[in-house]
Amino acid sequence: MTSRVPSLILGRLLIALVTLTIVSFAVFFATTLLPGDTATILLGQAATPEAVAGLRTAMHLDEPALLRFVYWIGGLFQGDLGTSYANHVPVATLVSGRLANTLKLAGLTTLVSVPLALTLGITAAMWRRTLYDRIVTIATIGVISVPEFVLATLAVLVFAVYLKWLPALSFTYNIDSFSGLLRAYAMPVITLTFGVSAQMIRMTRAAVIETLNTPYVEMALLKGASRPRMVLRHALPNALGPISNAVALSLSYLLGGVIIVETIFNYPGIAKLMVDAVSTRDLPLIQSCAMIFCFGYLILITTADIVAILSNPRLR
Amino acid sequence: MKTHSSTEPRASTGSLTAWSGYRINLVGLAAFSVVLFWALVALFAPYITPHSVGEMIDLDYFGPMRPGLWLGSDYLGRDMLSRIIYGARYTVGISLAAVSIACFTGVVLGMTSAVLRGPVDMVVSRILDAMNSIPSKLFGLMVVAAVGSSIPVLILTLSVIYVPGAYRFSRALAINIDTMDFIMVARIRGERLPYLIASEILPNIIGPVLADLGLRFVFIVLLLSGLSFLGLGVQPPYADWGALVRENIGGLPFAAPAVIVPSLAIATLTISVNLLIDNLPQKIRDRSAS
Repeated sequence: MTSRVPSLILGRLLIALVTLTIVSFAVFFATTLLPGDTATILLGQAATPEAVAGLRTAMHLDEPALLRFVYWIGGLFQGDLGTSYANHVPVATLVSGRLANTLKLAGLTTLVSVPLALTLGITAAMWRRTLYDRIVTIATIGVISVPEFVLATLAVLVFAVYLKWLPALSFTYNIDSFSGLLRAYAMPVITLTFGVSAQMIRMTRAAVIETLNTPYVEMALLKGASRPRMVLRHALPNALGPISNAVALSLSYLLGGVIIVETIFNYPGIAKLMVDAVSTRDLPLIQSCAMIFCFGYLILITTADIVAILSNPRLR
Repeated sequence: MKTHSSTEPRASTGSLTAWSGYRINLVGLAAFSVVLFWALVALFAPYITPHSVGEMIDLDYFGPMRPGLWLGSDYLGRDMLSRIIYGARYTVGISLAAVSIACFTGVVLGMTSAVLRGPVDMVVSRILDAMNSIPSKLFGLMVVAAVGSSIPVLILTLSVIYVPGAYRFSRALAINIDTMDFIMVARIRGERLPYLIASEILPNIIGPVLADLGLRFVFIVLLLSGLSFLGLGVQPPYADWGALVRENIGGLPFAAPAVIVPSLAIATLTISVNLLIDNLPQKIRDRSAS
């Protein structure tokens, strides 16, 4: 029998590509077909009609929207993201440094939250229906139901106001020493970890419990395997697929989370850049940031789907 | 979120055990009372505010809780209790309007796709899936950047964002029902689409759909508060709970009630809606139980 896996994965990648096209269409037209003429906005009220007309031609504004869309996509592929309206700096320059900062934050959060969430999720499933499981479940429901900024507010209250361990709302660049670095990143990472882990714990717990309900695990129980052995040796290998799917899906929560966390902690990342761009209506900047976010999100959910396909032995 | 007895899943046998599935437990009841409390606060806001929302009555800003100013004062010395009560109106009202539009559109489209199948189903599913792959907060940001923020725009944006989810959920449910014999009978009878979705499919999926509506309400409250917190949601002079946290974030270093109380208000509302749905009677939550 031939494997269906390659064709399934190819199909999934194709869907991702189609989705990306539709999304870029939406991003472009949502931000381009706005009331107000870009050239007039750029040159200000006092500009002569000739100057405005000249700029319109130079920016291809007289051409049909569809053609401008093609130019824009072509530019994206060549790394030309356009020029910011607000300060006339190429968007690529603005974005590159900020993107690195955000990736650093996301990477740190992943490093902290994945081991934490997997441990909590698996142990909660192992000791199902005990007090420990109850507490974990209720805590995760609580965290999931609360907006990120409330988590951030609570984290500041606990760690900065009452315990006085960390600075409150300032991101200091004093990261020469290890302790300085730790202090600067601690608060944003703690807040993001809470949100990401809560999702991951719930999904991991559900995946392990589902495997525990299968007959072969019951068999292991009957032959006298201990509870940890039953979970770690027998159930876990089969739950790995759904768990890694859960990890990828939960990490996509980061994309929403960083928007709030970077704003509240004044962290110089790409989400903060985008929020600022929205308040100044800096369209090229908004378009680029939106595309970066959608791209990251698509990568994560496509990975989640592919992992799910790969881990299903029935498809091999 | 009204549940008429006529709209509950059919085919309950009428025996003595038929109602046992509808018993609600203590946690569910507690959660329901909190939700009801906030609904009443939102409804009767103008009659229960002790002070005018915009009036500065405290000489001090970020004042502590004390008699007369039960929740302290905000960054301009305004009464926090009154502002929270009015904030409930915006948070609950906007979210309720948005969730109604989103679920109505999503469920109608979902049932239609499930009944029609074929190209209609494929096109609608693909487009809504693509919409689903734009992160919700980002979508909100883009719309606000494009058309500015006003309450009608907010309601419409929030509902557009959550249509795909409601669509997916109701389509999956409706497809299961669509394969049943009584649908086939109705089709052979020559019934048309509106009758099929309204009278044959909807009554059989209404329970899970209402539970899903509750979950989506929570998502919308979270997103609305998030946008308002960023300063892109409800605009001054109006303020929902997210905007109240934003306004008073300066009070955070001194743990002012002005910043803690609206955060708690959001948390109590969303957590209790979630708990309420988790503890709903099995018969309403489970499509297979009917």
